Amino acid sequence: MAQVTLRKIIKKYDEVLAVRGIDLDIVDKEFIVLVGPSGCGKSTTLRMIAGLEEISGGDIAIGGHVVNDVPPKDRDIAMVFQNYALYPHMNVYENMSFGLKLKKTPKDEIDRRVKQAAQILDITELLDRKPKQLSGGQRQRVAMGRAIVRDPKVFLFDEPLSNLDAKLRVQMRTEIKKVHQKVRTTTVYVTHDQVEAMTLADRVVVMNAGLIEQVGTPNDLYHSPITKFVAGFIGSPAMNFIPCQLEQAAGALNIRLSDKLSFPVPADRTARYTSQVGKANLVLGLRPEHIAETRPHTEPNQHDFDMMIDVVEPMGMETLVYFTLAGAEICGRVNPNAGAVAMQSMKLRADLSNMHLIDDGTGKVL
Amino acid sequence: MTNVAITDAPSTRPAYGSMSSDRRWALRWSYFFLVLFAIFFLMPPIYMLITSLKTSQEISAAGNPWWIYNPTIENYLELLTQNHYLTFFRNSAVVAVCVVIITMLISVIAAFALARMKFWGSATLATGVFLTYLIPETLLFIPLFKMFAWVNETFDIQLMNHWWTLIILYPTLTVPFATWIMIGYFASIPKELDEAALIDGATWMQTLTKIFIPVALPGIIAATIFTFTVAWAQFLYPLAFTTSTTELVLPVGIITTLIKGDVFNWGQIMTGALLGAAPPLIIYAFLMDYYIAGLTAGATKG
Repeated sequence: MAQVTLRKIIKKYDEVLAVRGIDLDIVDKEFIVLVGPSGCGKSTTLRMIAGLEEISGGDIAIGGHVVNDVPPKDRDIAMVFQNYALYPHMNVYENMSFGLKLKKTPKDEIDRRVKQAAQILDITELLDRKPKQLSGGQRQRVAMGRAIVRDPKVFLFDEPLSNLDAKLRVQMRTEIKKVHQKVRTTTVYVTHDQVEAMTLADRVVVMNAGLIEQVGTPNDLYHSPITKFVAGFIGSPAMNFIPCQLEQAAGALNIRLSDKLSFPVPADRTARYTSQVGKANLVLGLRPEHIAETRPHTEPNQHDFDMMIDVVEPMGMETLVYFTLAGAEICGRVNPNAGAVAMQSMKLRADLSNMHLIDDGTGKVL
Repeated sequence: MTNVAITDAPSTRPAYGSMSSDRRWALRWSYFFLVLFAIFFLMPPIYMLITSLKTSQEISAAGNPWWIYNPTIENYLELLTQNHYLTFFRNSAVVAVCVVIITMLISVIAAFALARMKFWGSATLATGVFLTYLIPETLLFIPLFKMFAWVNETFDIQLMNHWWTLIILYPTLTVPFATWIMIGYFASIPKELDEAALIDGATWMQTLTKIFIPVALPGIIAATIFTFTVAWAQFLYPLAFTTSTTELVLPVGIITTLIKGDVFNWGQIMTGALLGAAPPLIIYAFLMDYYIAGLTAGATKG
């Protein structure tokens, strides 16, 4: 059993608070991803779990034992670094067995574990090569192998794919997921790439400015963000934020985006939003896929409107269209065959059943 | 003028392949200066070699100084059999080897601590180490004499006029510089490497011996070469602190025993200097490959 528990973790550098009191429960065998923009404290948090940074306050427990003052080597963790950190003068086998040798593990046991890990990662034929003879992806595998052979309670990954090119990154992402499915070790993974976070995680922890914004499954975060930050951070292209006002008209609620444009609020949300009528600082959050080209059949909560398209970006399976509404640049996803042309008017359809209403003052999703 | 320059340009510089033509010219210039420098720096040792193969009469005769009319190995035989030359050589060798060992032991460990174990005042200490190197050695004579006198009075140990005293003295010159070089090398090793070692369960000492020393080997060899050269060629300290013939090291020994009053035994002086220059030369030749080779390649993203 290797659950990891963080309680009110604080990290102070001189007078700057890098991590401002976070609570997190990571259950056994879980793959958890810490994601956020640079400087949000995610790497610091990971390094505190590893024991590479001292904590300024709070408690960290691994497997039920508080490890605040336990040195890294006694925490039974393994870490994979962004720049691999392979020992350059050792070959792959020596790199992977270094930790076990220091622990005075019997030779045949080391051999068995290294060969097994090499097999999992498909690097058996590289065992006698030096790191400089390996490609970036191979080095990353070796770094993972070094972690696997130690059979730790927790794997820690610090942006392990950031140094790889885009294609290899996708490939290694799948590899990491496969490895986790095989070894089922509790994993904490740090990345700034929300796609990586979404694809890998059992649960994603979105961090911002030293605090946790939201913890949840990838789908939770995508469909029910609780703050504007999470709504904007998760998903690519990012969610559109359109300044709006809420109006009451004949028992129904209307969202007014501009003088000419307003949409009725979906009936199931009317009760939730009634108290917001007339308030300032309201923002409508709508994902690009909920702004598409118009279609013959109308469904509930879908509303057509005409828009002058500024920019068209064909992506192959879809086309992104950009236009300006209420001073905000808005992105929509339309069918490649919908005939989107830049600087021409187009009939679009907004689907409000997945809308979010956000209080821009507090940053909370209402 | 400008018009002429513009119209002339295409004829001297072809429009196509100008990259390779640039490169060719750069190469020509580098060869030119390299040859110039090689001649300039090789002239003295060649002159030494020529002179060492001449008799005293031929050296003082007004012939072509670059030609040997009656080659002889008399100087070599005499120097290696009769004089104290071998004693000087042994003193120099023992001093240099001991100084290298002491210096590397101190400076590698010191540099590791200063570069990696961020403790209170480590940055100031690192600068302090370098500053001590900037103090001219000539300024240290009198304080050192005073210290030796105090040691003599207090512990009744005579440090003056012993070749082994130099083993204590030279590290004052070599340790600061070697430490400074090593700090630079250790600082260039990615931080993640010792963090990985730390997580793998290595102690500080194991991180140093199993990771840092192998990875920073080029730096260690550079520092070793430097230390050896300083210890081998040091002139002022032995001149000031040793006087008896049996306690002298090579540089001082050669000039004190081979110059009698105003009589310069040029043949033997040149022979002695040439033989004395051999050990550093041999060490350079053997370690040069390591010195140049970078071992850190592949540790992190290449």
